[in-house]
Amino acid sequence: MALLEEFNKVAAVPGVAPEAPLLADKGIARARLANVVGTRAMGVVCVTATAVIALLVGALVVQGSEKALDWGFLTGAPQQFLEGGGIGPELFNSFYLLVITMLISVPLALGAAVFLTQYAPQGRVASAAKTAIETLSSLPSVVVGLFGMTVFVIGAGWGFSILSGACALTLFNLPILVRTIQQALESVPRSQRDAALALGLTRWEATWRVLLPSATPAIVTGVILSAGRVFGEAAALIYTAGQTAPVLDFSCLDLSSPTCPWNVFRPAETLAVHIWKINSEGVVPDLAAVSAGTAAVLLASLLVFNLLARFAGKLLEKRMTSS
Amino acid sequence: MNVMNRNRRQLTVLDLLGRSGDTRTRTPRGARTHESKPDVQDRTNGSDRSVQAWTNGSDRSVHVHTLATKDVSVLYGDHRALQGASLAFDAGTVTALIGPSGCGKSTYLRSLNLMNREVPGCTVEGSILYHGQEVNDGSVDSFALRRHVGMVFQQPNPFRMSIYDNVAFAPKRHGVKGKQDLDELVEKSLRDAALWDEVKDKLATSALALSGGQQQRLCIARAMALRPDVLLMDEPCSALDPIATLAIEDTVRSLAAQGICVAMVTHNMQQAARVSDKCAFFYLGELVETAPTQGFFDNPRDPRTQDYLSGRVG
Repeated sequence: MALLEEFNKVAAVPGVAPEAPLLADKGIARARLANVVGTRAMGVVCVTATAVIALLVGALVVQGSEKALDWGFLTGAPQQFLEGGGIGPELFNSFYLLVITMLISVPLALGAAVFLTQYAPQGRVASAAKTAIETLSSLPSVVVGLFGMTVFVIGAGWGFSILSGACALTLFNLPILVRTIQQALESVPRSQRDAALALGLTRWEATWRVLLPSATPAIVTGVILSAGRVFGEAAALIYTAGQTAPVLDFSCLDLSSPTCPWNVFRPAETLAVHIWKINSEGVVPDLAAVSAGTAAVLLASLLVFNLLARFAGKLLEKRMTSS
Repeated sequence: MNVMNRNRRQLTVLDLLGRSGDTRTRTPRGARTHESKPDVQDRTNGSDRSVQAWTNGSDRSVHVHTLATKDVSVLYGDHRALQGASLAFDAGTVTALIGPSGCGKSTYLRSLNLMNREVPGCTVEGSILYHGQEVNDGSVDSFALRRHVGMVFQQPNPFRMSIYDNVAFAPKRHGVKGKQDLDELVEKSLRDAALWDEVKDKLATSALALSGGQQQRLCIARAMALRPDVLLMDEPCSALDPIATLAIEDTVRSLAAQGICVAMVTHNMQQAARVSDKCAFFYLGELVETAPTQGFFDNPRDPRTQDYLSGRVG
């Protein structure tokens, strides 16, 4: 009650200038204080987050840059017992596995997302699929790896191979990709679809000719960002793509040869798996340097992915709206 | 075009009289857009043509409307949004559908080109006749119908493409090929929408760079690119300023002068008075009154129409 009386006291009388000077009362002062404290607190949180990342990146750059900028390290073969091993095969494997994974997962995700947004009857089917996708996306990647080993490595008999790894990574990647594409498609205004349908286009044409092109910048950005996740994944690969990197012979085009780089049935250790392996069971004397160098290369690749995602998204957006 | 249209209309008259048996029922898909690029003179005779078509029928008392509905009801699930609307639209005329928000006028408009079929849970009952041919019984492909019955929406919704591609997109999808044909079609359509002079030097730029009013006229051009003979407009000016609104109204009048049959939903009574030849008043999901515009505003018959026009309800 007291507050209301106080409030009424300072309430303006129409047509009369307020008697009291326009100064902050208790209530206003409190609100102002809350504003200042809140803003500062959020600032501190933000600075902390940035500092942690800066520290991490800084440490990796300081420790790993010498190796990471060394061409011999980037292209050389890894060593089992001696100093001076490189990460050439691992670097290639990481990119090759990524490409194969994307070749499998992008069409699947695109199909699933288009079906869910355009065709699936809203209600039971859509919500069941949504639940399944959300559950799958929070599945620990080591579980995905074990599942991959059971199904692809042993069940399908593909052994520790790029194909097994790519399939496991697809499981790991699919939920995020489907959600990204779904969101990109849903963010296209409904009026675009209506316009296409009103012009006598079929749903199929409206989806592929109008909706998907409109959503392409967002889809490309999402795909590249998910590529970053796939690129840095280790746990799902340890049991599927294996922990060995055969020496690759780039002049070999025999797809069944284990030294042929393009053979999808050969084991392929990636950068992330390499870091895990040399740190857990490595015996090379320059273990710390190799590990830091590999981490720096991995980090640099992820940075490139992120920049590429942004750049590609913007470029496509520009070209599509032809502005 | 002339001949084809007359054939079609004549046929539908015969069909109505129960004398079917002619094999030339409809023009094949893909052929029409190309062949039906009429010059302006052709279109200006539109209203005469419909009279011609009507007298061509053996029974002179049958007048085939360009578009007509009989007892059209629309249900969203169990909710009845529109109850038994019967109305006819003729070539070369503008019909204004007016009424307060939620009265079913947009719902009605959207059933005319079967757009309501795209809404889950929506059912349209009753009879919708396009040149006398029933289109609401599943026998007619809704995508084919929409080539002849164009639509312009409330918010300008150009595609995220260049101005040229916006107009050329649908004809291309419907099989028009050849750059020269497309160029011609794009120019003609943009002229129809009175936009050509403003954009002819920047056809390759994004449609999204245009002003709201220009975007809406681009949407009209886009719809006209399929050479429809009916244009449905769902409050086309509600997002526009008065000057852009007048430009759209001029466009609508000139389309009607070309023989296009226009049905336009509007909230704006002055607009209805300025643009339309005929007014239809919807209230609470019911088509209350239809009359020539002049008489409609001067002497509304139904008390509900009187109340609405004088501002007592709505």
